Parts: sequence; C-alpha cells; structure tokens
Amino acid sequence: MSAAKVEATVPDKPVEDEPQVISVVSLKTPVLLTVVAVALLAAVLLGSQAGDTTFRLSTRSDFFELPEITVPAEGTALGAVVVMLLLAAESWRRYATRKRTPGWVAAVYAVVGLVGFLSWAAAGGTVPVVGLLAGALALAVPLVFGALGGVLGERAGIVNIAIDGQLLAGAFAAALVGSVAGSVWAGVLGAMVAGVVVALILGVFAISCYVDQVIVGVVLNVLVIGVTSFMFTQVLAPNTAELNTPPRFSAWAIPVLGDIPLVGPILFRQTPIVYLLYVAVAVVTYALYRTRWGLRVRAVGEHPKAADTVGINVNRTRYRTVLIAGAIAGTGGAFYTLVSVSQFNREMTGGAGYIALAAVIFGKWDPIRATLAALLFGFASNLQGVLSVLGSPVPAQFMLMLPYVVTVFAVAGLVGKSRAPAAVGLPYRKG
Amino acid sequence: MQLTLRDITKRFGSLVANDRISLTVEPGEIHCLLGENGAGKSTLMNVLYGLYQADEGEILLDGEPRKFSGPGDAIAAGIGMVHQHFMLVPVFTVAENVMLGNESTGLAGSLDLDAARRRVREISERFGFHVSPDAVVEDLPVGVQQRVEIIKALSRDAKVLVFDEPTAVLTPQETDELMQIMRQLRESGVAIVFITHKLREVREVADRITVIRLGKVVGEASPKASNAELASLMVGRPVELTVHKDPPRLGDDALVVEGLTVADETGLVHVNDLSFTVRGGEVLAVAGVQGNGQTELTEALLGLQQHVLGSIRLDGHELVGRGVRSILDAGVGFVPEDRQVDGLVGTFSIAENLMLDRSFGKPFVQLGAVDRGRLRAFAETKLKEYDIRAPGIGTKAGNLSGGNQQKVVVARELSKDLRLLVAAQPTRGVDVGSIEFIHQQIVAARDSGIPVVVVSTELDEVVALADRIMVLYRGQVVGIVPADTPRDVLGLMMTGERPTEVVA
Repeated sequence: MSAAKVEATVPDKPVEDEPQVISVVSLKTPVLLTVVAVALLAAVLLGSQAGDTTFRLSTRSDFFELPEITVPAEGTALGAVVVMLLLAAESWRRYATRKRTPGWVAAVYAVVGLVGFLSWAAAGGTVPVVGLLAGALALAVPLVFGALGGVLGERAGIVNIAIDGQLLAGAFAAALVGSVAGSVWAGVLGAMVAGVVVALILGVFAISCYVDQVIVGVVLNVLVIGVTSFMFTQVLAPNTAELNTPPRFSAWAIPVLGDIPLVGPILFRQTPIVYLLYVAVAVVTYALYRTRWGLRVRAVGEHPKAADTVGINVNRTRYRTVLIAGAIAGTGGAFYTLVSVSQFNREMTGGAGYIALAAVIFGKWDPIRATLAALLFGFASNLQGVLSVLGSPVPAQFMLMLPYVVTVFAVAGLVGKSRAPAAVGLPYRKG
Repeated sequence: MQLTLRDITKRFGSLVANDRISLTVEPGEIHCLLGENGAGKSTLMNVLYGLYQADEGEILLDGEPRKFSGPGDAIAAGIGMVHQHFMLVPVFTVAENVMLGNESTGLAGSLDLDAARRRVREISERFGFHVSPDAVVEDLPVGVQQRVEIIKALSRDAKVLVFDEPTAVLTPQETDELMQIMRQLRESGVAIVFITHKLREVREVADRITVIRLGKVVGEASPKASNAELASLMVGRPVELTVHKDPPRLGDDALVVEGLTVADETGLVHVNDLSFTVRGGEVLAVAGVQGNGQTELTEALLGLQQHVLGSIRLDGHELVGRGVRSILDAGVGFVPEDRQVDGLVGTFSIAENLMLDRSFGKPFVQLGAVDRGRLRAFAETKLKEYDIRAPGIGTKAGNLSGGNQQKVVVARELSKDLRLLVAAQPTRGVDVGSIEFIHQQIVAARDSGIPVVVVSTELDEVVALADRIMVLYRGQVVGIVPADTPRDVLGLMMTGERPTEVVA
C-alpha cells in the first residue's frame, strides 16, 4: 500500500574520490599591496628628495671588497612604485578571477619596495647594507631566543605570554650575577636560572592549578617588571659599581667564515651569544622533530589524552618543556645586559617578549620559521635606527612604530592559514 | 590471558557509575558489554585501563590481583584499548602514533622511525589491514584510523583488547570488516571486550553477553536471544523498535537546493555541487559516514557557513547570503548535531534555553525586557508537553541527561512557526525512551506538512524516519533513493558507489 512511488535519482557524473579544492580568495593581499605602494608614492611626491643614494655592500676590513652601488634617489623610488603598482594590479587581476596571489609576487614586491624606500629615505647619503643586516641580527637575538622558548612551550600546550617577563628577568639576573662573579658566562647562567624561575611559576599556575594561561602570563610580566624595577632602584642603582656593571661579551670573528663577503661580517663576526643562538635554533629544531622527547612534547600539545593513554605523563612532560623554554628565553635576556647595553635598566626589554610571541605565531609554531620571523622584526627595528641616523624625511615617531606595524601586518595580514597545536592553552585534567 | 573484574564500584560524587560489577573474559572469547549510553560501560573500561581508580573491587589477570595507577601500567600488563574517540594525534603519521610512548631510539636520542614503520607493516600484513606507516592520520578514513588504534594496541603485545563503541563511526561495510578482524583476533587467542549498544552487532560476534543498566549488571544473555529480548533487558521495559508513520501526504516542492558548494577558508570543498528538493510533508534523510559533508550542509542551510556557492530556496525565497537570524525568521528550525556546543547554553535554565532563538522581540521580549510571566507559562507547558524530566523550568540545562537536553532543543525548535525542520543527529547520545519520543515529534512535524531534513549516521534511524534517503560521500550526492532501499545497497553507496541496477 505504498503511497506516491518514490523514484531513485542518481547524478550522472562520477563520484570524486579525491578531496576537491576551490580557491577562497580574500581582499587582504591586493588591498595591502595597493595601499603600501600608494603610501610610498605619496611619500616620494610630498617629501621630494634630491640626489643619489649609495648602497655599500662591504665593510672597510673585508678581505674582498664589493663595489658600492649608486642610484638616483627619486628615480629609483618612483621606478619601485611602478613595479609595486604593477604587482598590485596582478594581485587584483588574480582576485577578480578567483585565484590566490602567489608567494613570489609578495616576495618581489617586498624586495623592490624596500629598495625603493631606502633609496628615497637615504637620498644624498649611504646605506650601509652590511651594518643594516648585522645590526638587524643583533637586535633580533633576544627575539629569537624568546620565540624559541615560545615555540617550545606552545608545542607542549602551554601559552607562554610570559616571554617578556623571562627576558627581563634574564637581563636583570645576567647583570647582577655577571657583575658579582665578574664573568659573562656566569651572567648567562644566572639569566637561564631567572628564566626557569619565571617558567616554574607559570607552570605551577598553568599546569597544576589550571589557571588561564594568558592571564598568568600577563600577570607574570607585570610582576617581573615590578620586582626588577624595585630591585633596580633599591639595590642596583645605589651600588652600580659592584652590582650593575657586568662585563661585556666582545665580538669573535670566526676565521674563514668571517671573511666571506657580505655574509661573513653579518653572520660570523658576532658575539658568542649569537653563536649560542645558532646552536639553540639547531638543537631545538632537531630535538622537536627527531627525538623521542620532541615526539612526546608535540603529542602532549596536540592531543594530551592520547599521550596519557599510552602512558606518557602529560603534566610532567609539560613542566619539563616549559622549564627548558624558560631557560632559553632567559638566555635571550642576557643579551641586553651583557652585549647591547652593559647595565640593567628598568623595563629595558621594551615589550620585546610580545614581539617574540608574534614571531611564534607568524612562524607557525616552527622553530626555523619563528627564527626567520624574529629576524624580520629585528630588521624592522634596525631599519628604524639606521634611517634616523641617516636623517630620513620620515618623522622619527613614525619610524619608531615600524617594528610594531610590521608585527601587526605580519600576524594579521600575511600569516594565512596556520594551525596552532590543538591543545594549546588547555590545562590537562584526568577523567 | 584471563581477565576478571570483581565487584568494581566507581562513584562520582553521589552518582554511582559502576555498582559492584563483576565480569570474566576468557582468552579467545568475545565478551559483549551491552548497555545504553550512560549505563556505565565506558566508566568500567576506564577503570580497567587505569584512567580511573575504582573505589572498591579488584582487577585480576590470570587470577592475580593487579593495581593500575595509570594507562601505562595497564598497557604493560597487556591490556589494549580501542577508544570510542580515537586516541590518535591527528597531525602525526601512523608510525609516529604507533610508536608514541613506546619509542625505540638510536644515536643522540633520535627516533628510530624505521623500526616503527617495520612494526606497522608487519602487523598490518598479519591481519590484512592495508595501512601505510607514513600516512598522516587525519587524512585517513575513520575505519582506517580505527585499524591504527588496533595496530597500536597489538604493537604493545596486548592480550586483552577492549573495543569501546567501535562501530559508532563506521559504515556498514567497515563494521563487517571490523567484525572479521575481531574474529581473527579471537582465533589468535586474544580476550576481547566489545562494548556497544547496537543489538545487531552483539548477536553477530558475541560469545557471551553481559547487560549493564544504570551501573549494575542486570543479567547475562545468550547471543541467540532476539533483538526485542536484548532491548528490553537493556532498557528495563519492552521497547518499540520501529517508528510508526503513515504514508506521506506530499505537498509542493518546498526546499530546493541547487548546485550547493561549501568550502572552508582554505578552499577545501566539503559540500560539492549538491542538488536536491524536499517537498512539504516529506522527510529527506541524509545518510553517510560522519565527516562526508553533513555538518557543512546543515550549517549552510542555516547560514552558518561562509564560503557558499549555489542556491538554497525555501518556498521560493533565496536563503544563501542571508544572515542566520533572517533565516530563522523565515521559519527554519534547526536541531544541531552537538547539542552541548550549538544547541544549548549549559549554564542557562531550561526556560532561558527555550527562548534562545527568540530573544529579539515578541513574544518573550517586550520593550527590551524579558516577559518573565509569559516565558514561565510557555516553559511550563513545554516541560509537560515534551516530557522533559527535570525538577523545574529553572533547572540548568547542563544538569539534564542527554535525552532531556535534546528534548529541550527539539521543543524550542518545534515551538515556532515552522517552514522547514533541519535535524542533525537528533538522537545521538540519547536514551532509547527519548529516541522513541523524538522520532514521534519529527514524524508529527512532517505530518503537519512541512519539509524535514534529517541527518544521521545511524542507518537504523535513517531507515526508520526517511521517506527518501540521500546518501552523501565526500560532499557529493551518491544517490537519492527510496526509503525501502536494502541496507547493503545503502552501505555500498556510503562508500561512494553509485546504485545501479539494484534500484532501477
């Protein structure tokens, strides 16, 4: 007694077994590319700069001297703007046909834009390319250490907002211990211990007490600022000679490697703490991807319960990782007092820890990429410094914003699809 | 290895999840643990696996009392578990998942991935699993992920293997293959505990059956017992296993979907060029293995998806591109697949949850304030009408049982002027008594002349409710077939095979 007989309908095209992808385009890239190009054009037209710009590619002491390159300032800048607008147009064209802007467009755009900007901003002067890049590396050192610490912590599932606190505590301890012991290496050790102490507090609250990790991190940063500022005014400042005059690392040129043109002076005529950084990046990368420890760290950050069900102690693994991360970030703090400034000042990190955190995200939780991201931020900071020395027409206040503007654009605009460790920020409770 | 549980008791506060449960499983035997959701089966197995500590009672292996303070101890003692929610790290490869917690290492603490790959291949070949050690787990079909879980347990030399609701996520074909694997494991001398609430599977593979209800063992049953006998033992009263419904009185084409494509923000297509029509007074049941686009389809119907191409027309009005509220106002009722996440606010009272979708104005909000009297009267009525078992309308929704929570959702969605009902997994995690009730409500909605779309991964539910069945595979329509299509045909369609001469 069936009612209306139901007919089967079957589509006549074959069933696809492979995942299908359509392109989801966003306005972000073409708009960003257009805005930056127009901004540069406006700057060139409004702040007319006459003369030539020289790019110097080597230092005086180089074994091989590379020639200097001299270009007309305004012409180069305008040429760069034209290329940038063409690339932006290409990006719009792809948007209109529902295609993504490929990476090479953005990369070429960035290089051309930078050259154009530099030749305009430094018109009539010389851009020391080596100094610019070597300085960028130096400024990036604490950021890279901080980012490595951040990557490790987050890979294990602990959000480490307290990077800034760890850097600052590290800087403080390095100055104090270095001064008292009269040894830079003692200072580095002190910085590591200080970073571990901050990490331990983070761990106790975040892992054992299930407190919201973001809140603990922020509170820790404020706490470290308070404690170090107090100690600075009450203890260090009155006894500067004994307690706040740490020895400084001097640069070691590595034989042979240091003589390579361009690369040598940038990478291999640095202080030992920079070489320590190279080692740290390599070791963290290897450990995270190639060792049992790293496999367990990643498992704990992705799916803690799965790790628990195969007999891994989730919280012990997290503690261990967070403490190691604290030691790494603390080492970065030592850079401030043992290399760049040679004494502790209150709040001397200037929020670098937050930039390091941005590098973690921009670097998609990968030690190598996070390092590159931190280098980019270091470059932005140094560019600001170099240009203010050259006397660029851009107001100094704007230039000071540069590293932070780059950070915001990098994280908001260019990251694209990135996936955090699945269990990051979630305390693990049994049952 | 013989496993004995003796008088296991586990309490959570005042709730006794396991009340003196005793059980013996012999090597080379499949022992079924049958019980409804919430009967305490999973709690018992978590006690066995060391995830929970029993308050009383003991676990014996080959007659020796054992204490497990964590899963590590249980694994070392030879207990393996295939969890209901797979305990696999989605971004790891098969080999990495299998070796996790049991890694062999080489120089400088480096992982010996080759050893893990060999182990996976060896076990995979022994049981004919066809699992590649280098595949990333999240890219694998659910059935294969489950085999990875089995390989994981076997690679640790498990002698007792617990399967916790293993078939919930499988196609009928995959279920058959799993049954075959379980028999194979039994032949190799493994003691198997098979936890389920599906009667058909129990009768197919079980050597012995223990039925649990409300945390207590209520009896042993023979695998030869009938479905009705097993069901009444499990529920505690005779149960109606079929849904009574009259032939549909079909109206006009009401919901017309054409060329619907839904992608996520990476551009991956989850619903691929779907076209179908649902007439008034008709239930279209969407069948398919979980994760084949059902979630995205229902969310697109409600305007919850961002990247949607094609057209969805309800009574001639286009829905694509409209906001959720505008679609709700157009008369779409939506029972989401996860009531805890999308259906209810757990910390709100039943009354507040009943007005969630109508918080913008009349009838419950006057001049920006909630009309409490009207809401109370409405909630009291619904509480009775839908037989929601709760102390009162002020009870927090989060404190209700799964079945009663779902009744709250259904009551809310059916209480407005409906033009379309979309119900996703309407009875998942709901007790048998509530299932009957919810099914009746859905059939009543259909009989009132509105189009109904039911999405379910339970074939029994699909067959019970459907006037027509649409099978999805990887976001595509494999076919739209009559409700009386044989199960094995539906099962094949769920693996992407077009129905051919069978329905012609």
